[in-house]
Formats: sequence, C-alpha cells, structure tokens
Amino acid sequence: MALLEAREICKRFGGLDALTGVSLSIERGEIYGLIGPNGAGKTTFFNCLTGLYRADAGEFRFDGNPLRGGAAHEIVARGIARTFQNIRLFPNMSVVENVMVGRHARTRSGVLGAVFNTPSTRSEETAVHERSVALLDYVGLSARQDDLARNLPYGDQRRLEIARALATEPKLLALDEPAAGMNATETAALRVLLERIRDDGTTLMLIEHDVKLVLGLCDRVAVLDYGRKIAEGVPEHVRRDPAVINAYLGSSADA
Amino acid sequence: MNSGERTGRTRAARWIIAAITLLAVLALPFAVEALAGRAWVRIMDIALLYAMLALGLNIVVGYAGLLDLGYVAFFAVGAYTYALLASPHFDIHLSFGLLIPLGALVAAIFGVVLGAPTLRLRGDYLAIVTLGFGAIIRIFINNLNQPVNITNGPQGVTLIDPLSIAGFPLSRTWSFAGLTIASVHSYYFVFLAGALAAMGLCARLQNSRIGRAWIAIREDEIAARAMGINTRNVKLLAFAMGATFGGTAGGLFASFQGFVSPESFTLYDSIMILCMVVLGGMGNIAGVVLGAVVLTALPEALRSVGPMQYAWFGRVLVDAADLRMLLFGLALVLMMLLRPAGILPSKTRRRELAAGREPADRRRPKRAPRGAA
Repeated sequence: MALLEAREICKRFGGLDALTGVSLSIERGEIYGLIGPNGAGKTTFFNCLTGLYRADAGEFRFDGNPLRGGAAHEIVARGIARTFQNIRLFPNMSVVENVMVGRHARTRSGVLGAVFNTPSTRSEETAVHERSVALLDYVGLSARQDDLARNLPYGDQRRLEIARALATEPKLLALDEPAAGMNATETAALRVLLERIRDDGTTLMLIEHDVKLVLGLCDRVAVLDYGRKIAEGVPEHVRRDPAVINAYLGSSADA
Repeated sequence: MNSGERTGRTRAARWIIAAITLLAVLALPFAVEALAGRAWVRIMDIALLYAMLALGLNIVVGYAGLLDLGYVAFFAVGAYTYALLASPHFDIHLSFGLLIPLGALVAAIFGVVLGAPTLRLRGDYLAIVTLGFGAIIRIFINNLNQPVNITNGPQGVTLIDPLSIAGFPLSRTWSFAGLTIASVHSYYFVFLAGALAAMGLCARLQNSRIGRAWIAIREDEIAARAMGINTRNVKLLAFAMGATFGGTAGGLFASFQGFVSPESFTLYDSIMILCMVVLGGMGNIAGVVLGAVVLTALPEALRSVGPMQYAWFGRVLVDAADLRMLLFGLALVLMMLLRPAGILPSKTRRRELAAGREPADRRRPKRAPRGAA
C-alpha cells in the first residue's frame, strides 16, 4: 500500500486553476520528485497536502487513512513534515530552539507543567533538547546550535529547516526546492543528507528545479504543467517524454 | 542547559546575592519613606502593580507578538470583579483569597473572548480591534448603572474592602520591632510577592514548550503551523495568560485604592503599559519590570517641575502639568533613541543588534557538512 495517495486534487484561485485533477502515489521508502515549470502548481500541491490550503476537490490518503480537511498541525501529527521554498525559520530563535519547536507535536507539557516545573516536564525538556542536538548533529550543524538562525549561511539555513522538520518525526518529508540557491558543493552535500534520511526510513517528496539532482536522487518523478500532471515515472524515462520537453521548452509550433 | 556544569561555589554565591537582594528589596520602602516621604512608597506600590501588568502584556506582545492596545481592559475586569464582590455596593464581602483568583479567571475568560475573533488578525489590524475592545469595556463599565445598577457608572465603586491577611486588614497601621508598618508598606510586601511570582511564572513559561510555541508564532506563524503548533489554541492561551496577570493586578489595585472608576482604565493606561514593555526591553523579564518602575516613577518625579520653577525663578513660567508631560515625552524619545531595543534588551535582541554590526557569515569559514566528504 502506498504511503501517500493523492486522488484528483483540484485547487482554484479565483479564475485560475492551480491544480486540476492531480493524482499520484508515493511508495514507502522512495524519493519522489515533483517537477515542472514555474507556476505549474507544485507548491500549491504541497500547501494542499500540508493543510495550509484546503483542496477544493479530491482526497489525500496517508498511511491508509484519509487526510481530509485536516488543519496543518493535525497533518504534522499524522506524520507529514515540510520545508519551504523561501526558507521559513524562526529567525530570532537560536538554531537549537528552532529544532526544539519541531518537537512540539510530539510532546505534551502544558502551562501548569511549566509553571510548577514538574518532573515530567523537566524530563521532557531534557529529552527535547537532547533530541534536537542529535538532529543538528545529524544534519551537520551541531557547532552552531547557539547562533541565531538568521545568522546562518544560506545552505546551513536549508539544513536547519530539514532538521526542524525531522524533529516532528515525519513518515513523509516534503521538501520545497531544498537545493535552490545552493552552490555545487552544498548541493552534493544535500544529496548525501537526503539519501541518508531516506535510508533511515523516512519517505521523501521534493520539488526541485536542479535537473541533475532530480535525475540522480529521485526514484520516480511527476511532472506538473498548468496544474495538470503531464507525466510520471522514472527520471530517465520522463526526461525523454515529448510532453515534458514541450512543457519546458515550448512546442515547435511556438518556436 | 549548561547549568549542570555550574560549580557549587558559584551556586552558593548566587544564593547569597539573591538573599542580599531580597533583604534590600524588603527594606527599600522604609528607606524610601525616610528619604522621600510616604508618598513615594505609594508610588512604589503602583510601580509593582504596573510591573505585574507589564509582565502580563509582555506574554501577549513580547512573546506571542500580538499587538494588544486594549490590555487595560483586563485590569479593569479584575478590578471590578473585586470591587463588586467586596464592597457595600452590593453588600457582598467575599474574601480576597477567593476574589483574586476569581478576578484572574474572569479576566482570562475575557482574554479568550477577545482572542477568539482576532485569531486571523495580525499587526496593525489586531491593534485596532484590541483598541476597540479596550474602549468597549470601559464604556460598558461607565454605562452599566442603568436600567439595573451594576457598576455604579462613572461614580465608580467606593469603600472597597482592603486585603486582609489572617484577620489583619492591610489598611491598618501597626508596629513591629520598632518599625511603623503603614498600609502602603503592607501592600508593598503583598505586591512585591505578586510581582516576584509573576516574574517566576514568566521565566518558567518563557523556556517551556508553550513559551517556544508563542515565540515561534511571533517569528513566523505559517512555519509554526507547519511545525505542528495549533496556533489557534496557543494564541488564545497567550491572551488568557496575559489577561490572568491583568486580572490579578486589577483585584489588588481595587483593594489597594479602595475605589475604582472607569477613569482608571483608559487608552492612556494601555499605552503606558505597552511603553513599559517596549521601553524596558520587549521579551526580557527584568527589562519589562525595570520599564514599569521607570515609567511609573518618572512622571511622579517630574511633578517637581512646578515647585522647582518657583524656587529658581520666583514664579511658574510654564504650566507644571504641560511641562511635566513635555519632559516625559522627551525622556521617552531619548530612551528609544539611545537604547532602541529597550533599557535591558532580551538576549535575542542583543544578539540581533550585535549581528547587525558584524555579519555572522564571516565568522566561520564554510566547512563541508558531516558525511559529505
């Protein structure tokens, strides 16, 4: 059974059909790429999936159950975490605090626990901190844990966003252009990290423009164009699909 | 998190410093009375009340980043809860041990009532709605004297019961070990306990799961949602917690003054409390308390501009009230110019300013991440 199944997802913004009947399914343990020209609806798809938008029609099934109408925080609790195309860290919190926020959905302490500093709150805090430090180590940022997130170099901010998303213990990690703005070295390091996350048991879905990264990393890709899925399959195959070439380069009639 | 590495000696030193500070703070009202007169002890009492209010508003504005311009409404709700249930107005005289928590609870409910419709608003829009809320509460209190007289309207509620601890009303003057402990002194100790408790609460909340969630919402609400934070509930909690502080301070205020009227809860008061938070150092507990003390004391100290003119020039050149507010405004402007992040900025704000001077990217050469080589 697929980990994520999207069935006929539709989303309109006024007169614009951002997504029209997009269906796809992601298997456990794979790295699934979502590609397409600018404005094709990739980020809209992510936003519908993660509860920031509500799809107008269609259904997501995750881990065997429908995700219908879930608020963003409920979807995180179900096991889908994401990063953002334009990095959205908590800029004035320290690096480790950013990751600690990611533990919110997996912890319980409330106001009373904090006020009375109960043993269970204290042990939870310690566990949250340890886990966060471990995750920073995992993405290679442990040396900078006390810096403000805003002061990290760009590539490190992307890695921090991944660590923060991993802190929610996702089954599916959705990455919106993780390599955008990275240089070749950083992209290579990112690829190693993403493969390791996959090997450690998290399914990955990514939007990406870096063709080399997509071809090298993804097990399967889907191509969106004007809100429709125009191709799906292994990267090598999709790359030669005439519809895909047409979407990216324009048809010969336009030329 | 590195507290475990602190040695026993420095820990002992910290305790000694804390004990000395506490003794000094306890002795302070007597010293102030000897030096400046009893009126100033009263001002200290008010300053402590404002410290509680500012700490409460700091939760809403400083942590959760929700600009609230009607905060004084919660102060009013707490004050009137106490006033109506411990005065001859309805001839109900409940004990303060019941009324202070009740006032806090009622204020918290009002906090949620205000919070619920404003959840989608941010920044300027939220400020305007909260401004309206503050006005509505005051106008309600002002007009709820007919058809059924509930609040006694603009006349206010008088003869409110003083706090009474173990049978001793705090309004009475009594002697202890050669010290004359007047009402203002007794209230000082009660308010001090309240302010210290408020500081402790804030310190614990700030470094908790909930505190981080508040700050995350302030930093980026969308990202906070995407990290699994139920922003609706967490924001309502911020409003409720902030209002709780306001309601508590309100009850104490009513018992201290013995009189409440709608005039004590104007927009000006909301703005002053906000100034205390911003000017003291938004998000920093010590800064907010200091802001409250400075902004309570400064206008009082400036009352001397009238007599001073008389002493220097033999007559009053500028109307004392005008000059006082002019100088007060000037002082606010100067403080914000000299210390834009507040008198005592929060750690984060300090780091922000430091980062502005020296780009952090240069501090460390980029190195290959683990596992990349």
